[in-house]
Amino acid sequence: MTDSTGGDGHDPSRRDFLYVAAGGLGAVGAAGFVWPLVVQMNPSRDVLALSSIEVDLSGIELGQSITVSWRGKPVFIRHRTEAEIEVARAVPMDDLPDPESDEARAQKPEWLIMVGVCTHLGCVPLGQQGEYNGWFCPCHGSHYDTSGRIRKGPAPLNLAVPKYVYLDDNNVKIG
Amino acid sequence: MSGHSSFQSNNAIVKWIEYRLPIFSFVNEALVVYPTPKNLNYWWNMGSLAGVMLVVQIITGVVLGMHYTPHADLAFDSTEHIMRDVNYGWLLRYMHANGGSMFFAVVYIHIFRGMYYGSYKAPRELLWWLGIIIFILMMATAFMGYVLPWGQMSFWGATVITNLFSAVPILGETIVAWLWGGYSVDQPTLNRFFSLHYLLPFVIFAVVFLHLWALHVHKSNNPLGIDIKGPQDTIPFHPYYTVKDLYGMGVFAIIFAWLLFFAPNLLGEPDNYIPADPLVTPTHIVPEWYFLPFYAILRAIPDKLFGVIAMFASLFILFVLPWLDTSKVRSARFRPVYKMLFWAFFVDCLVLGYIGGQPAEGIFIVIGRLGTALYFLFFLSLPFIGWFERPRKLPASISTAVLESHGGGGTPDGAAAKAEDRG
Ligand code: HEM
Ligand code: FES
Repeated sequence: MTDSTGGDGHDPSRRDFLYVAAGGLGAVGAAGFVWPLVVQMNPSRDVLALSSIEVDLSGIELGQSITVSWRGKPVFIRHRTEAEIEVARAVPMDDLPDPESDEARAQKPEWLIMVGVCTHLGCVPLGQQGEYNGWFCPCHGSHYDTSGRIRKGPAPLNLAVPKYVYLDDNNVKIG
Repeated sequence: MSGHSSFQSNNAIVKWIEYRLPIFSFVNEALVVYPTPKNLNYWWNMGSLAGVMLVVQIITGVVLGMHYTPHADLAFDSTEHIMRDVNYGWLLRYMHANGGSMFFAVVYIHIFRGMYYGSYKAPRELLWWLGIIIFILMMATAFMGYVLPWGQMSFWGATVITNLFSAVPILGETIVAWLWGGYSVDQPTLNRFFSLHYLLPFVIFAVVFLHLWALHVHKSNNPLGIDIKGPQDTIPFHPYYTVKDLYGMGVFAIIFAWLLFFAPNLLGEPDNYIPADPLVTPTHIVPEWYFLPFYAILRAIPDKLFGVIAMFASLFILFVLPWLDTSKVRSARFRPVYKMLFWAFFVDCLVLGYIGGQPAEGIFIVIGRLGTALYFLFFLSLPFIGWFERPRKLPASISTAVLESHGGGGTPDGAAAKAEDRG
């Protein structure tokens, strides 16, 4: 390399510098072109904008659940019975693959609000089913307890609790 | 063989074009005088059939695209509009949907053929790689195509498969939102899947071109797995293999037509005739049959990340097959141990396919795990087999083996070869 380039009277290090500089600039330019092509696939602004809903809880009887749609996903709102709350609060943390107390998951114990999307591969679990009488996902067999925590099966995490605030006694804002 | 000079024409127009763009000699080299081993059996018909199916998918697909609307509110109805209102729409859609299945069937046989006769070995490793790349692109294409009619299986299949990427540590959720273009599978997802489903078959076309280019460098392998040693081992592609391929296409067309006209929904899922509902998952979701073995492997592992890793590994391990198999002998005909293992592997793939279609409970879980273990054991045992197996004696050349088996007499090798030649 040094021989052949040195032979025609040029300074090889200078030529190398030009190669690297031109190549480097080209790479930066190419990356600048690719970046918009990649991020255009991310959620667009209108999709990001539609991110909260308000729900009236007054019509949901004790022991009933409703499913509402939030960001295209189901959100389960369950009016839990005393028994369900007790069972959920009695579970020792060591029995949980993803330890989280029931107190931390429900601002008011009688209302359990969570995203109804299985943390395995995204199916919608069925309510009041499975070995823990909470939710059961039929897709690949994940069992959740009455607090929506994963107990058995391939799902790694508890059903997610979205951000929500109580606007008053009967209305909650999700998102 | 004899280079560019073998093409001659007296036609003035042909000569005029040929001088400027040597396309006639190119076709002549590739499809007419192209020297092909004289002992190929019917398993070698699958390549041309796969090519035909790619063209069928592109033609029917482009036409479907003229009537289909990639919108979450309209996609399901536009598919039904194709089925009920568009002239011959039912035919085109059934051709395209069942064509996908026939395409995969042919390609699976093609891959098993390559494994049985050791076609992945030197000097055909890149040819094998290009084939696997085509296979992966086909899977992506078919997956996205299946989402387009926007039925329940479309929607939930898309949800489960895109969620595979959520298993990636740290970046998982970001990747999935990027794939979806939102918080769930929705309009942006459908729209981009349509765009990519339209594009990928043409990418496949380009890779097929490279695949054939690599093929034409070292020519076809053959049932004996030995190299072509001279002109006496080959016959020209035309008319011998053009006719054989056409005959195969006729038989294939009968099977395809039967499926198309008598059982067009045999391989489909009734749930896909229910419009997509993001709030309700069907109780039993299954992918299309051609994904079932991989789906079974995914479900066999009771951990999300490792399940996903195992599933991708079961596909990508095909890339290293040429180096896992240390035996110098290509064809399973001369490899007694490999031959047994091959058939065990084949049956294992069928079993995994069956398990993938069953609910994940009870005995099915146990069989699925055993099948998954066997799947990987097959590949991992190959380096050792190559080391201790004593292969049978190879024939001196293709032509001597062919003459021997057709001369009536012959060695046990010849007899075995003869029986299989007729297969
Ligand atoms: C590698 C080749 C291809 C394969 C394996 C393939 C596979 C599929 C599959 C499995 C479906 C779902 C069928 C159903 O259940 O309804 C589908 C749908 C569709 N494909 Fe393709 N396809 C291919 C090429 C193309 C091309 C080149 C186009 C061109 C635009 C296309 C356009 C469509 C359209 C519009 C639909 C939706 C209508 C329908 O569902 O029938 N496809 N494709
Ligand atoms: S998606 Fe729920 S168990 Fe797999």
